[in-house]
Amino acid sequence: MADTSFDIIIIGSGPGGYVTAIRASQLGFKTAIVERDYLGGICLNWGCIPTKALLRSAEIFHYMQHAKDYGLSAEKVGYDAQAVVKRSRAVSKRLNDGVGFLMRKNKVTVIWGEAAIDAPGKVTVKPKGEGPKGALGPGTYQAKHIIIATGARPRVLPGIEPDKKLVWTYFEAMVPDRVPKSLLVIGSGAIGVEFASFFRTLGSDVTIVEVLPQILPVEDAEIAAFARKAFEKQGIKIMTGAKVTKLDKKGDGVTAEIEDGKGQKSSLAVERVISAVGVVGNIENLGLEKLGVKTDRGTIVIDGHCRTNVPGIYAIGDVAGPPMLAHKAEHEGVVCVEAIKGLNPHPMDKLLIPGCTYCQPQIASVGLTEAAAKERKIEVRVGRFPFVGNGKAIALGEDQGLVKVIFDKKTGALLGAHMVGAEVTELIQGYVVAMNLETTEEELMHTIFPHPTLSEMMKEAVLDAYGRVLNI
Amino acid sequence: MPINILMPALSPTMEKGNLAKWLKKEGEKVKPGDVIAEIETDKATMEVEAVDEGVLAKIVVPEGTADVPVNQLIAVLAGEGEDVKAAAAQAGAGAAPKAAPAPKPSPPPAQAAPAPAAKPAAPPPPPPAQPIVVPPAAQPAKPATDGHGRVFSSPLARRLAKEVGIDIARIAGSGPHGRVIARDVEAAKGGAALKAPAAAPAGATVPAIAPSMSDQQIRALYEEGSYEVVPHDGMRRTIAQRLTASVQTIPHFYLTVDCAIGKLLTAREEINATAPKDKEGKAAYRLSVNDFVIKALALALQRVPEANVSWTEGGMLKHKHSDIGVAVALPAGLITPIVRNAEAKSLSAISNEVKDLVARARARKLKPHEYQGGTSSVSNLGMYGIKDFTAVINPPQSTILAVGAGEERAVVRDGKIEAAQMMSVTMSCDHRAVDGALGAELIGAFKKLIENPVLMVV
Repeated sequence: MADTSFDIIIIGSGPGGYVTAIRASQLGFKTAIVERDYLGGICLNWGCIPTKALLRSAEIFHYMQHAKDYGLSAEKVGYDAQAVVKRSRAVSKRLNDGVGFLMRKNKVTVIWGEAAIDAPGKVTVKPKGEGPKGALGPGTYQAKHIIIATGARPRVLPGIEPDKKLVWTYFEAMVPDRVPKSLLVIGSGAIGVEFASFFRTLGSDVTIVEVLPQILPVEDAEIAAFARKAFEKQGIKIMTGAKVTKLDKKGDGVTAEIEDGKGQKSSLAVERVISAVGVVGNIENLGLEKLGVKTDRGTIVIDGHCRTNVPGIYAIGDVAGPPMLAHKAEHEGVVCVEAIKGLNPHPMDKLLIPGCTYCQPQIASVGLTEAAAKERKIEVRVGRFPFVGNGKAIALGEDQGLVKVIFDKKTGALLGAHMVGAEVTELIQGYVVAMNLETTEEELMHTIFPHPTLSEMMKEAVLDAYGRVLNI
Repeated sequence: MPINILMPALSPTMEKGNLAKWLKKEGEKVKPGDVIAEIETDKATMEVEAVDEGVLAKIVVPEGTADVPVNQLIAVLAGEGEDVKAAAAQAGAGAAPKAAPAPKPSPPPAQAAPAPAAKPAAPPPPPPAQPIVVPPAAQPAKPATDGHGRVFSSPLARRLAKEVGIDIARIAGSGPHGRVIARDVEAAKGGAALKAPAAAPAGATVPAIAPSMSDQQIRALYEEGSYEVVPHDGMRRTIAQRLTASVQTIPHFYLTVDCAIGKLLTAREEINATAPKDKEGKAAYRLSVNDFVIKALALALQRVPEANVSWTEGGMLKHKHSDIGVAVALPAGLITPIVRNAEAKSLSAISNEVKDLVARARARKLKPHEYQGGTSSVSNLGMYGIKDFTAVINPPQSTILAVGAGEERAVVRDGKIEAAQMMSVTMSCDHRAVDGALGAELIGAFKKLIENPVLMVV
């Protein structure tokens, strides 16, 4: 008879859950993790990772199409959509196996099935599918601390409910059997623009409809406008301040009724629709109502140490509210178990969570946008540096992009950094470290950035904010 | 491979510690997170937790051993399935060096296994990927320094602290390793307790100001927008801290006498009237009543030398000179420059020196040696019409004289009521150094001198 009593049980093995489990185990807690579908959760099975694999195929395809620009020749450049999808699935599978290995290595017990919390300290797991070798099955389990890490799922808006054939969510969009000739993407957040970018690169006629006045609504307006121009140049049609009011499915296509900001209606016929109107927390069927766990607009309410209002029950990641990002979930999980251990970790500062979007061109940001800083009545100094002034960018053939930094005029604190262009998702971390260490403009100016790199633009943007820019 | 457990560094500056207690015996099973031993330093006792699973094969350093250098081998752990005896025998031989997890990330274990401590510290390691075991409760923060007086703090925190005039070394850091970060400065600005200045001699630490209400509580009592918040400057903070310390640590008592100053006023007029004048007709000196008060107090302290003292824990400092502080009001505070050796100076010299000190105090141009120390002080509010009041002693002095307004009062002399020029003075005394009778003797001597200024020339 397997042991059913643990110090910590984590419900959900997404990037938040499994990292939490490893950290809990490192701290000496006897730890179990419950999963019903895939180790690694959405992130590495249906989200972050497989989409990056798809986008990589699209990127290489794009370079091959433009081989001439680099003095190369590539003829009869084409793609096999199913092979592209197959590669993406193989990448996910490899990482999925990796999570299983990490659980074994860290002596985390995997329990397979659908979990519900009967009472603080008690988790019942009902059967659901078949788990990996070595996983415990359905039954009743005890734990002093229960951490909910059940993640989120696509939001469904009335009138545009996905049917998974003609109207997709990210699940279907990730495994298309062919590239649709035309595509309507509803929503221009990270998921929407990444799929728009992928399908456009592979030749789809793509239209994005965004209800807000700006695409990439959480990004700095200047960066979003820059990205919009780049998308439009690639042939993506973008309608902002507009909404899809109706979808008529007919045969192998959909006719969408779109209403613009002035109430003008138009219709658009496409082969497929992707609904990317956000995600909602998986708070159902966990027994939260019965336990009296407080929720707010579809997510669980937590404090700075991820405690819910019910002692012994914690929540982390997407289910505990925005920003719904894997790295936010991971960090919350670590803070949560370190607090349980009594290590008094600092609560997470949400302003220090970077965000990355892997469309073409890439977008990366951290901290306050210029508008948000002004809303807080902070006097700011803004610095900018365009990719056209950077040697490495020109050598790469990627001279379109912008780095923008925002400083507190009074204290010199770096409040935010926003970038659009090649590889910026790999660059942003420099600013994130700087912000975490509370550097001011002075330390950034004293830091030596290697030449020739794209990162030099990060320093130039800082210099620009203080009227000392060099290469422009 | 057996695992060597080394003496952990409980703080970045720790070089050795006492092995207070073993909580596991030889042969006992240990799993990660188990507390295996207690280590004592001069600052704290901390628990050492195991990171690895196994059996405690051998205790190398017995409990109760003092001054065990950091990184010295203290025990050997046999890993899962390993022979405990063999592991014990191997102790210190070829066993894999493995530091007992330090309660805080610490300098890395030296490469050679039982390296005798006092090695020059290696550069700080990157945070270990291995589990780090931190003591359950946050340690009372001491300034995180590198042992050379540098306070670990973020650049932004340093800039903010400078702006509000708070010494960064006095702020308790809440960042990793006690690093002072921006929010700590905000907290200090908002009234969080500051630490005693690092430079204060041991045993003479000034208790931090402990407001009975938090800033938030106080602000909540007033309607939002009905006040403005003026950040404190350094002088305001110094006044608050020093005088709070004075009242909290010095047992004050007060002695009041009325002095007849008719003779003094006459003498003053005569002296001023005969002051030599320069070409522009400017008098070489113009004595104030306060100048007489300074001189009289200086002489009184010479006549009652037991009251010209400073309390220290080690013994009473009996001062030879009368160094008299003069409280000077500034637009945003107050400072007490000192007339040194006032007993030996003439009234005109005192008068001119005070004028110079006051002018430079108002311009904030005094040097520290001009306002630090002193053996007593004079605080005069007579010009504001104050009849009498009590003053707070300016440590390390033992007395301060609060001087009220000179005024005509009805007094009874020889059974008759007559008008006389009178001035009330109140002496505050530090009861640790000056008892009631001694204080009375001192103020009596002062009264005699101020009422008969001619005695000052004796």
